[in-house]
Amino acid sequence: MTAGTAATAVTAVTADAQGVRAEQDTAAAAGQAAHEAVFDAAVAADERIEPRDWMPDAYRASLVRQIAQHAHSEIIGMQPEANWITRAPTLRRKAILMAKVQDEAGHGLYLYSAAETLGTSRDELLDKLHSGRQKYSSIFNYPTLTWADVGAIGWLVDGAAITNQVPLCRCSYGPYARAMIRVCKEESFHQRQGYEALLALSKGTEAQHAMAQDAVNRWWWPSLMMFGPPDDESAHSAQSMAWKIKRHSNDELRQRFVDIAVPQAEALGLTLPDPDLRWNEERGHYDFGPIDWTEFWDVLKGNGPCNEQRLSKRRQAHEDGAWVREAAAAYADKHSTNHPEQHTQQRTEQQENGEARA
Amino acid sequence: MTAQTTAIEAAALALGDDALVLSHRLGEWAGNAPVLEEDVALANIALDLLGQARVLLSLVGDEDELAYLREERAFRNTQLVEQPNGDFAHTIARQLYFSTYQKLLYGQLASGEGPFSGLAAKAVKEVAYHQDHAEHWTLRLGDGTPESHTRMQRACDALWRYTGEMFQPVDGLDVDLTAMENSWLASVTAVLEQATLTVPDGPRTGAWTAGAGRQGLHTEPFGRMLAEMQHLHRSHPGATW
Repeated sequence: MTAGTAATAVTAVTADAQGVRAEQDTAAAAGQAAHEAVFDAAVAADERIEPRDWMPDAYRASLVRQIAQHAHSEIIGMQPEANWITRAPTLRRKAILMAKVQDEAGHGLYLYSAAETLGTSRDELLDKLHSGRQKYSSIFNYPTLTWADVGAIGWLVDGAAITNQVPLCRCSYGPYARAMIRVCKEESFHQRQGYEALLALSKGTEAQHAMAQDAVNRWWWPSLMMFGPPDDESAHSAQSMAWKIKRHSNDELRQRFVDIAVPQAEALGLTLPDPDLRWNEERGHYDFGPIDWTEFWDVLKGNGPCNEQRLSKRRQAHEDGAWVREAAAAYADKHSTNHPEQHTQQRTEQQENGEARA
Repeated sequence: MTAQTTAIEAAALALGDDALVLSHRLGEWAGNAPVLEEDVALANIALDLLGQARVLLSLVGDEDELAYLREERAFRNTQLVEQPNGDFAHTIARQLYFSTYQKLLYGQLASGEGPFSGLAAKAVKEVAYHQDHAEHWTLRLGDGTPESHTRMQRACDALWRYTGEMFQPVDGLDVDLTAMENSWLASVTAVLEQATLTVPDGPRTGAWTAGAGRQGLHTEPFGRMLAEMQHLHRSHPGATW
């Protein structure tokens, strides 16, 4: 073949390839549009999207971000409460607190598993947490200074979390919605124990009552911030609502929480640190004072009282456990050679999952 | 109070303190475990032990007074359970030694008709799970990587000296200690050998450690543990929580 012929042949091949690619692109675009139509119809009909269903890349990415942040919040959230396990004032309180912190580890497990159904691994997500590329709820950057903080976290922080999370039980993504049903049942127990612990303090000695009031004073505003920035400043809200990942706006949920918490505070015999808090007959809701969003953004950026401490402790636990995880993996490798069929089966399943997603 | 009641109380206190103290140590792991599954598992074991402790201490008196208002020298737990967590290998070695003992003890008590048979019948199921958990981790760590093998061997050796105390006679505890000790040695030896570890050859009691915890003599870290555990309760005398 002469150089000229070769060049012509190459050109012909290139032209053919371009043609094929253009056809493929057209077919892919049509396929994409068809997929999108099916997805949109399912969301509109309030059907659940399942792991093997086609979904837009941005929907997947948004879910991974939200579920990962939620999972990270569960495991970082163990720290402020675990801070009091060894000092719990009675054996009954100690048992309740240990069970609660254990539940949080369990919630972390369900949520990392839900994220795994979207094609990401727990290791990958933990790595992003440890390197600061993914966030956890800012509320856990506040310290638990007294025993009453354990009660205040249960009542206010878990109360706010439930208000946020109950609607997630109807979220459009199946595995997340199902994980949330179980999480919410346990969270509602956590909230009750927090309320009950605070009630005991409020009705206890003068020192105990003061401890409870101080804790509520410190946790009230950060709890209101848990619902996220006002609707017009919330980066992901509109799209998440359209996809039915999110069902209510931040401000709507915040108002719902305030309306529930105010009468509960009265029943506890404790006050809330907001002079503007009063019932608005016309709106049928409690009015409340302005939230200090400067503090919210500041804590989010890493300047809260415990950001550094929480993340360092998490990284330390992970690093200290590296040799244990390596040992478990090495042991599993050594002792699984007799069961090659297990590996084959796993690989096949992974391939099927991959194809179903593609 | 009859002499017999006192003996039963002495036994309840010894077993209750073991469970209380080990539960506390395991509770220190919360949020610090090497994998999330172990945060769940260690808390679970801690909760089982705390449940046992509460039943046993309530046989003697008010559970909170006993847990929070006794001085160090009045605790009757073995020195094994008060040993600090150390690395994960130390926690597992301590758990293997203790759970194997508890499984045998509650097995015997459950089959009898003594005052502990009801508690033991429930607890024996829990501790069988604890023993299984410790055994599996002993195998993984012993037969995992060279580093985990070294750490696990070191932990087994370090805690070996505290294991003889579990078989010292306790007033009010009607069990065949010789049979228990033989079964314990056979069981632990089998697990360690399967884990490619060497069964420690040091003494299982020492001049200072022989039954000392049961007599109220403890090791230095125990005082600090109690200081932390009792501080809040003692700061508010007479308060209810």
